[in-house]
Amino acid sequence: MSIDTTTSTQLEIRSGRVLDPASGTDQVASVFMTDDRITAVGQAPAGWKPDKVLDAAGKIVTAGLVDLSARLREPGYEHKATLESELMAASAGGVTSLVVPPDTEPVLDEPGLVEMLKRRGWTLNQARIYPLGALTAGLKGEKLAEMLELTEAGCLGFFQADRPIVDTTVLYRAMQYAATYGFTIWLRPEDAHLARGGIAHDGEVASRLGLAGIPVTAETVAIATITTLMRETGVRVHLARLSSAKGVELVRRAKAEGLPLTCDVGIHHLLLTDRDIGYFDSQYRFAPPLRSPADRDALSAAVIDGTIDAICSDHTPTDDDEKNVPFGEATPGASALEMLLPLTLKWAEQQHVPLAEAIARISLKPARILGKTQGPITAGALADLCIFDPRAYWAVTRETLVSQGKNTPWLGRELQGKVAHTICAGRIVYSA
Amino acid sequence: MLTTNPQLTADKKLRHLLTIDGLPKAIIENILDTAAQFVSVGDREVKKVPLLRGKSVFNLFFENSTRTRTTFEIAAKRLSADVINLNIGASSTAKGESLIDTIDNLIAMDADMFVVRHAQSGAPHLIAKHTNLVRPGVAVVNAGDGRHAHPTQGLLDMYTIRHYKKSFHNLSVAIVGDILHSRVARSGIHALTTLGCPDVRVVGPKTLIPTECERMGVSVHHDMKRGIEGCDVVMMLRLQNERMEGPLLPSAQEFYKSFGLTAEKLARAKPDAIVMHPGPMNRGVEIESRIADGAQAVILPQVTFGIAVRMAVMSIVAGGGAA
Amino acid sequence: MQLDAEQLIDVLAEKIGATDEGTVVVGIHSGGAWIAERLATRLGRALGGSIAVTLHRDDFAHRGLHPQKQSTALDFSVDGSDVLLVDDVLESGRTVRAALNELFDFGRPKRVRLAVLIDRAGRELPIEAQFVAMTLPLDPNQALDLTRADGHLRFEILPR
Repeated sequence: MSIDTTTSTQLEIRSGRVLDPASGTDQVASVFMTDDRITAVGQAPAGWKPDKVLDAAGKIVTAGLVDLSARLREPGYEHKATLESELMAASAGGVTSLVVPPDTEPVLDEPGLVEMLKRRGWTLNQARIYPLGALTAGLKGEKLAEMLELTEAGCLGFFQADRPIVDTTVLYRAMQYAATYGFTIWLRPEDAHLARGGIAHDGEVASRLGLAGIPVTAETVAIATITTLMRETGVRVHLARLSSAKGVELVRRAKAEGLPLTCDVGIHHLLLTDRDIGYFDSQYRFAPPLRSPADRDALSAAVIDGTIDAICSDHTPTDDDEKNVPFGEATPGASALEMLLPLTLKWAEQQHVPLAEAIARISLKPARILGKTQGPITAGALADLCIFDPRAYWAVTRETLVSQGKNTPWLGRELQGKVAHTICAGRIVYSA
Repeated sequence: MLTTNPQLTADKKLRHLLTIDGLPKAIIENILDTAAQFVSVGDREVKKVPLLRGKSVFNLFFENSTRTRTTFEIAAKRLSADVINLNIGASSTAKGESLIDTIDNLIAMDADMFVVRHAQSGAPHLIAKHTNLVRPGVAVVNAGDGRHAHPTQGLLDMYTIRHYKKSFHNLSVAIVGDILHSRVARSGIHALTTLGCPDVRVVGPKTLIPTECERMGVSVHHDMKRGIEGCDVVMMLRLQNERMEGPLLPSAQEFYKSFGLTAEKLARAKPDAIVMHPGPMNRGVEIESRIADGAQAVILPQVTFGIAVRMAVMSIVAGGGAA
Repeated sequence: MQLDAEQLIDVLAEKIGATDEGTVVVGIHSGGAWIAERLATRLGRALGGSIAVTLHRDDFAHRGLHPQKQSTALDFSVDGSDVLLVDDVLESGRTVRAALNELFDFGRPKRVRLAVLIDRAGRELPIEAQFVAMTLPLDPNQALDLTRADGHLRFEILPR
């Protein structure tokens, strides 16, 4: 490849451990980039004159992370977070691509809104934004959204977020309609009736604390309904945020049967359980709820055996007014973009999962769900990279968090694994 | 992640009373012993002791309950405290003020103690964690939060049982009715198991028994006659009106047929069994009038003991837990 | 060092001498109550019960509630009565103050007199006993504890 040194930008990442799940590479090497592409790995191209060199000795160089769910809170909730603050948080977390759910205000059910979001994303030039369109108008679960128009505007799929479709006929029709065009439907499997009024996993802890329960059946009934309708309609479905052992089992069977089904789990559900709620700590309120240790273990096993395809942050920035209230009134969710990598490393260490396999679940595998590639780290590929120190500790505090949402269960704790640089399309978007 | 228990000080003294769950046995026994001293105060010519003189006790009732509020008010007044009753439902929060803002305002008015009734489980915990942070020394007493806990009711029930049965070690206690929504049941269960009661049973239809209830150390029964067989204590619970008809129960009448305490069913318990109810009673729904007014009922003594128990709790937490 | 409290009770009874027939002997819990029992017998007067001072202690704000299972038990009508209040040791006078408050919660006595076995000095309130078996000025660092073993009462002087 010839290089025009007068107009292009050359970036070199020197002597890092290149760990690439896509190619299986694990070796110490330098990575050479020109503009938004990787030019070479290992041997410098002829006439290499880097504009900038990043020393990656002792660090790991891997593909930029792909997060299947990050709420950026724009439009509509700018008091909680803005695109600027959250894309900076993504970069600080090594995330170069992120999927944005449609539960903004107004919801992403009009092409204009999607285009505006994408345009804002391009202007900020921090990370690749993949919006999901609303499955139904206003996410009300009544009328279908304009899926074709939304796809043309840039939506990768259609999601109902945390709002239920109460009327099963609407769900059935939405699936039929999406199947017409080969669109993918994203659903968080939770039966609206069974989950109604629930606050925490329906088990020992909720019973003891007197919190209304969300039973596991809310998830299994929903998965049973969804998979039954998949068989009828042939639509591709991505199940977002599995939470239970029984839910995993239904997904396992559906996949074995050959249904076009993928699914993800939030990183917190691999590490925490309802026991962690302790004395009504609202940082541990999630949707779906944190479940029992047995559920957590089953989710973990399912990620390892591939039943669950990907891990996501389910980043949900909340302000203090949403958390400093009684548990039952607290907004579920946590800031997590910056914790996705260290928490995945923590999970991998606990479960003895090789590093490359763990990273694949937050880069390569989620990219595949989106119909994208991430990596391989070879000449010609897009230069989306994350360079991190797997041993470095950092304290999660209100000051160190870049996200505007300062609420997370990890506040005040130390995590291992710190991003040193994030490169998106050949541009250094973050340096520690 | 389990953080430190906000109701105890670092040296395990009671600084707030939020729940009986996790309270050391010694603290529960101390509250009961202290209450014994206060029982007689009601019989004196001067029904007042000066322990809380000059202290401001705020009754924060986010949920209406005239009866419970009154017993706390009497208890605080007998301890010579200044009592301020706030009916929050009608004031601040209706205007959109957050719970924490309300508390900060009252702390600025030099409140010494909050007695909190709230519809949300865990609300008193939130307030206690906040006061621990901004004004240590301000005590919080839970007067009932959601389905979670009603610790002073649990303690007065224990006082009543101890008064009539002397010890917990050979007792069989049945708690009957809507366990699912009952903070009284939860506090009672934790108190009984902590005090060493070997046989605690909960009795009710499957729709009104919490998931994995056995984990709290009780046995679960759906047949009332078997559930109260040989019991020393039968604790009836109140069934809220709104739950009498709907997806949990078809009707109050059908509930009464299976789980209402009648003379016929009570005959299955020990002859000297006592019958308790936290009030207010639904006669003909949870309990037959003949039983409610009968010789085995100790429902009115419960109310009297309740004031002494609340005096004990308030004077212990106001004194920084030392006792 | 030990002192025989039983002998001191004899001394105290002698000093009190003849009392009105209606006099009621009341002990302050716990040491005073033991002494009151014996003294009532010695004097041939009614034992009116015992007073627990927990609810009227003045150190509540600093030390909280004192653990005590005993509560005040008076089996006579306090109104118009002639009370002989009995305690083991008189020091600051604060216990007696609290006992008087407690007593008055039950009614208005016609007269209250105080009898103690030992006056150890160290008064912090204007309170004096009418009857004292022994005056023993002790260092503030010394504690004077009444103990009961095999039904026999004795004082022990210990470092505080």
